[in-house]
Amino acid sequence: MRILVAMSGGVDSSVVAALLKRQGHEVIGATLQLYEQNGPARPGACCAGRDIMDARSVADRMGFPHYVIDAESRFRDSVIESFADSYARGETPVPCVACNQGVKFTDLLGLARELGCEAMATGHYVRRVEGSQGVEMHRPVDQERDQTWFLFATTREQLDYLRFPLGEMPTKEHVRVLAEEFGLDVAAKRDSQDICFVTNGSYAKLVEAMRPEIEGPGDIVDEQGVVLGRHEGVARYTVGQSRRLGDIHTATGERQVVVRIDAAQRKIVVGPRHKLTSEGKPCKIVLRDMNWLIDAPPEGVVCGVQLRARESLRIARVIPREGTRHAEVHLDAPALAAPGQACVLYDGTRVLGGGFILAEGR
Amino acid sequence: MAKSFSSAIYLDANATEPLRPEAREATMAALEQGGNPSSVHAVGRAARALLEDARKCVARFADRSAECCVFTSGGTEADTLAIHALGHSIGRQVLIGATEHDAVRKAAPEAGIVPVDEQGIVKLDVLRTMLDQVPSALVCIMAANNETGVCAPLEDVAAICREKGALLHIDAVQSAGRLCLSQEAMAGASIALSGHKLGGPKGAGALLLPDDAPLSPLLPGGGQERGRRGGTPALPAIMGMAAALEASQTQDWDKIAQWRDDVQQRAQDVEAEIVAANVTRLPNTLNLILPGVSSQTQLMMLDLEGFCVSSGSACSSGKVSASHVLQAMGFREQAGQALRISLPWNVTEEEVVAFAEAYQRMAKRLKK
Repeated sequence: MRILVAMSGGVDSSVVAALLKRQGHEVIGATLQLYEQNGPARPGACCAGRDIMDARSVADRMGFPHYVIDAESRFRDSVIESFADSYARGETPVPCVACNQGVKFTDLLGLARELGCEAMATGHYVRRVEGSQGVEMHRPVDQERDQTWFLFATTREQLDYLRFPLGEMPTKEHVRVLAEEFGLDVAAKRDSQDICFVTNGSYAKLVEAMRPEIEGPGDIVDEQGVVLGRHEGVARYTVGQSRRLGDIHTATGERQVVVRIDAAQRKIVVGPRHKLTSEGKPCKIVLRDMNWLIDAPPEGVVCGVQLRARESLRIARVIPREGTRHAEVHLDAPALAAPGQACVLYDGTRVLGGGFILAEGR
Repeated sequence: MAKSFSSAIYLDANATEPLRPEAREATMAALEQGGNPSSVHAVGRAARALLEDARKCVARFADRSAECCVFTSGGTEADTLAIHALGHSIGRQVLIGATEHDAVRKAAPEAGIVPVDEQGIVKLDVLRTMLDQVPSALVCIMAANNETGVCAPLEDVAAICREKGALLHIDAVQSAGRLCLSQEAMAGASIALSGHKLGGPKGAGALLLPDDAPLSPLLPGGGQERGRRGGTPALPAIMGMAAALEASQTQDWDKIAQWRDDVQQRAQDVEAEIVAANVTRLPNTLNLILPGVSSQTQLMMLDLEGFCVSSGSACSSGKVSASHVLQAMGFREQAGQALRISLPWNVTEEEVVAFAEAYQRMAKRLKK
């Protein structure tokens, strides 16, 4: 079949394209130009970063057409700007989710349909399973590489059209071996790290440059408003973190964690970790922009929930609210949920859905 | 004659023309000949003779003596050399048309921009006013635009430049071999030419100077080209260029213009908008806007069907950007929805018909 492969220039999506080509499909490679890879400080520099060159060389080697899609302005608006906005509200955003949701699985997927492709494939480590009730998303065979948490917002319609061949790979090593077998130059290429568009190494500096109103130090206070110390800028903190709090752990005689971020007042509110994590009451979290990959159960569902990218599951009852747009997550045990992060619902390996954590009182 | 470009239907002549058989023959002859035109021995002299024959042939394009012709690596170098030697290096201010090619725009980043109207025609009254401020400027105007095919009113531009005491540089890269430029328009102007846009091989171009006066070279090197362009001339490409220029003079462009108009009609039938439909254009060039559909999508779709066309200017990554030419003509989002079809010298009627049908199919499917 004619299939569009979203190629980042990395080893994973390169192997996906090569595999599909070898299986006899009519592969079309597409690489999104998302941001100025050589940095904005060099006008006149070519926009073709290393990754685009790498993707193109894979396409040339395997013998299928490859195109570069200009998604810079859309990426800036839908990912980078909302990333900064989110920090300016005191949240901790997940830009990869926004990117997958918009630029990749809406725009690029739409282009694939326009080009008459029957499917679009990516190099994500996710398993797509055709179940009796329709298509399902599952954790990949290689748990180390699991990207389901970042893909929870994929709609069922999108999932139906998508293919994730690497979901079945036993390990990343297998992918590299395949890349070598195909003779791809990217076989030994380093995995991408962190947030792709933060090119100077500090997401906080980028956010502060974009939203100067939240730049600069401020007070660290306890829940009664007593000033305990100073912080270096609210964008450097996330709910649940206990690093970067200076000597307030020793000063208060207890390990402290961030419980709330008041970006408008530039305040970081902390509380004693011990009290919050073991003595606390059952806790409720509200999620916005829910995406259900099952028919939303009106009475709710008891399932595992994952509140961060790398974290073990907690048991909760999740109940749809506001139609199915929102959801309430009732956890048995207290948890520090960071607003803006994703809360993804699992039943075994299967993803049931997920949403973004709302700040309390919103 | 066998097509030079695989099995695809090639309608992107303004990017590069397929090699003409006459050019191939001349290029091969020069490759066989060998020798460096600067050498004093017999083999060098023979190469030199070929080079000078080619020079005479190319200079004739503008009715110049051979000494006025400086061979370069291509159109970009010819434009850059003109702007450097006749403009910046002698303190002359530079004015350029708003729809010039990047070869000119990037060589004169500080230049004053002469606007164009909605048909892409340079505004003569504005040019006149600008020249009142800087009468001795170097004015760079392309004879025909690479994206739209729009032909400049060169005789009027030349008359204004003469009247004000300005120097005219004509980028004739797209028009040479496709359009008859009047000697009156070219008189006293410098002219940039490119070999491969004529159907020669890539790697040769020429700058025709108003006279044979010395100039400040970009590449001093070993003093070749009478000290105006250092470096051993690319004789095979230059020979091919001269042969292609000569061959293009006998081309039946009326037939190609007729086919172009046929495609235009078929495109209008599916509600495409024609850019600059009411002004003189190159006979082979057609710029179509399909409202609501990005150039990128159109290009990919047609490429997958085996049609090679183009759009705006793609950077070296292959990323397709909105056209600065169409933006200068007042197009907004539609500047990113245009497609350029440029028929090559060896196009056939079957190819043109096949394209028109594919375009109609695409338009019906994608139109929003």
